[in-house]
Amino acid sequence: MPPEFSVRVGQALDNERLRRNIRRTMDGLVAKRRQAFPDTHELTVLRRRGKLIRGQALANLPDLLLELEANCERNGIQVHWAETAAEGNALVLDLLRRQGARRVIKGKSMVSEEMGLNHYLEAQGIQAVETDLGEFILQLAGERPSHIIAPAIHKDRGEIAALFAAHFPEYPHTEDIEGLTAIARRIMREHFGQAVAGLSGVNFAIAESGTLCLVENEGNGRLCTTAPDIHIAVCGIEKVIARLDQLPPLLTLLTRSATGQPITTYVNLISGPRREGERDGPREVHLVLLDNGRSRIHRDQQLRATLRCIRCGACMNHCPVYSRLGGHAYGTVYPGPIGSVLEPQLQGLDRQGELAEASSLCGACGEVCPVRIPLPGLLRRLRAEGVGDGPDAGVPGQGSRRKVLHRLIWSLWRQAHAHPPLYWLMTRLATRLRRLLPIGLGPWARTRTPPVIAPRSLHELARAEGFAHE
Amino acid sequence: MNSPAREAILQRLRRGTPGGARPAPENPVRRFDWSPEERLRRFIAALTAVRGEVILVGDDWPACLFSRLQAKGATNLRYAADTALGAELVRAWPDRGAIALIPHDQPIEACRTQLFTATDASLTGCLGGIAETGTLVLWPSIQEPRLMSLVPPIHAVVLEADRIRSTFHEFLVEEDWAGRGLPTNALLISGPSKSADIEQTLAYGVHGPKELLVLIRAGRGAADPHLNPPRDPTAALAGALA
Ligand code: SF4
Repeated sequence: MPPEFSVRVGQALDNERLRRNIRRTMDGLVAKRRQAFPDTHELTVLRRRGKLIRGQALANLPDLLLELEANCERNGIQVHWAETAAEGNALVLDLLRRQGARRVIKGKSMVSEEMGLNHYLEAQGIQAVETDLGEFILQLAGERPSHIIAPAIHKDRGEIAALFAAHFPEYPHTEDIEGLTAIARRIMREHFGQAVAGLSGVNFAIAESGTLCLVENEGNGRLCTTAPDIHIAVCGIEKVIARLDQLPPLLTLLTRSATGQPITTYVNLISGPRREGERDGPREVHLVLLDNGRSRIHRDQQLRATLRCIRCGACMNHCPVYSRLGGHAYGTVYPGPIGSVLEPQLQGLDRQGELAEASSLCGACGEVCPVRIPLPGLLRRLRAEGVGDGPDAGVPGQGSRRKVLHRLIWSLWRQAHAHPPLYWLMTRLATRLRRLLPIGLGPWARTRTPPVIAPRSLHELARAEGFAHE
Repeated sequence: MNSPAREAILQRLRRGTPGGARPAPENPVRRFDWSPEERLRRFIAALTAVRGEVILVGDDWPACLFSRLQAKGATNLRYAADTALGAELVRAWPDRGAIALIPHDQPIEACRTQLFTATDASLTGCLGGIAETGTLVLWPSIQEPRLMSLVPPIHAVVLEADRIRSTFHEFLVEEDWAGRGLPTNALLISGPSKSADIEQTLAYGVHGPKELLVLIRAGRGAADPHLNPPRDPTAALAGALA
């Protein structure tokens, strides 16, 4: 059993090195994003467009998925559907087994994290090798990503150098970033040259042309999708967009929001396996479309906005909670504001409902989101769902965060306000017996002075001043 | 492929989408009204900002490429044998002894080890460039397969100056990518491979090429007369680099 959320929060806050590493990166990413959008009018126009394009895709989702499937298959990409992570894993395993692959090289994919794919494959005797530099570092450390874009930002060069020294003693020890990168390049090259199977995520799946779009800076994504005999792409069903000409606005929103780059080094548009006569490229391309709770989210008009997400990470970079804790404290695959909205819906409010409360509702996430997901509004909706006050949307674990004591207090509150004599009695007692009241405000009062109840209520004071009852 | 999962997912999604299809939202082409010189200037500025190297060349481009590669210590260059660009290269290559020319004309299965371990540099053409972001548009083909632009440590590209457009959006719409159909692996490339995964500090040459060398050729059928005189393009465009 992992420790409670509140315990993990405490541990994260006490870890100075972690906090320094996270803070440095978050401040850097926030500044880079700001510089990438010097023209606020342009940003407004783009965000609106991004929202509408993603909104259209979700409104037409079943038809677009069928169109995507038809066009992919026309291009020679084989499409598979998985309702759950377990189904997705089994599909991937089957494809790898048929290929006789004992190892699969992986480009960065959050969906594969969501599926727990690496773990599953290892248990079946297939080695999954992460090739993205950040993911490679984490695999050595046996850790999970702490950020969806920059997975290893919680580590500094000293920690990474120590990891490399422990795993690759044949290379000279270095804390130089270029030097560390060069070591990773050399180790990975061998894998790329020999790999039979590659696996990647998908940033956008374009229905009209049957194209998978992947963005990256390192080139490992291209290698994983080009060098092996078989390429398997895992993709959430919400990632589809209708048309090719909708890609440029989303792409510019994604890269500028994520890292402040005008564009990533590589934008990889895959429209099929090796064709007749071509000299390289995989002989098979497979697309695994994963639901895993998304179709349930899709049913509720308000919560559906969650699925507009293009996974840029800007909401976490700007979040006062995330930038103090980092991603591990959340204990989920997706951290930060989008994680606090998505995970309770995927895993249930009974298991992750607390995350919806880990927010000051300052609104920064909603302000920066490139597709204008109203994250604070969704957090409030999930809080209401948690205590059973929302419209019935089938969010798993609905009402599970309801507490008898809270219920009791609120129903007393309601009664008192509906019945003047009761209200009078209550204020009387509270003011006269104020010294006897056990006011336990819990942790809230640990760093604050608890409020003191006045000796006379406002009503009494007003009446004493001669105000008539109005 | 029909499967129970597919039917179940689609059925659940259908419940959430009553009514007809929502039309595509307005999406006017995002473009800039830049002159050819301005496009070139911006292209170079954006590409050099991400450590791409640019040389302005004329028809003697093979010699320019040769001297650059020699300065970098390359001993061989892989090129697409059955292309016009490849033929030009071979015709004007100064010294095969100093830098060997390797024709890339076999399936990857036949040259994998050589490509991964014994190739210093490669040369490809491209479909055009994007000024806003300093991006090359590659359209790999049978003759010029995709790994050529990815595996060797140095990737050299010849770009025709009059093929630079202002934005990706403009490129894709003006050249009707949706209508003409995409190759198996269209690519946008902006600079050499890089990573910021360690302390958000940029390191170049992670898994893809460590160096990207772009030869911009301005003499060729430059439809635009004020772009440059075909005779001495380098001088006319030198200002763009300053
Ligand atoms: S919710 Fe918005 S800001 Fe957060 S990752 Fe998704 S798209 Fe980016």
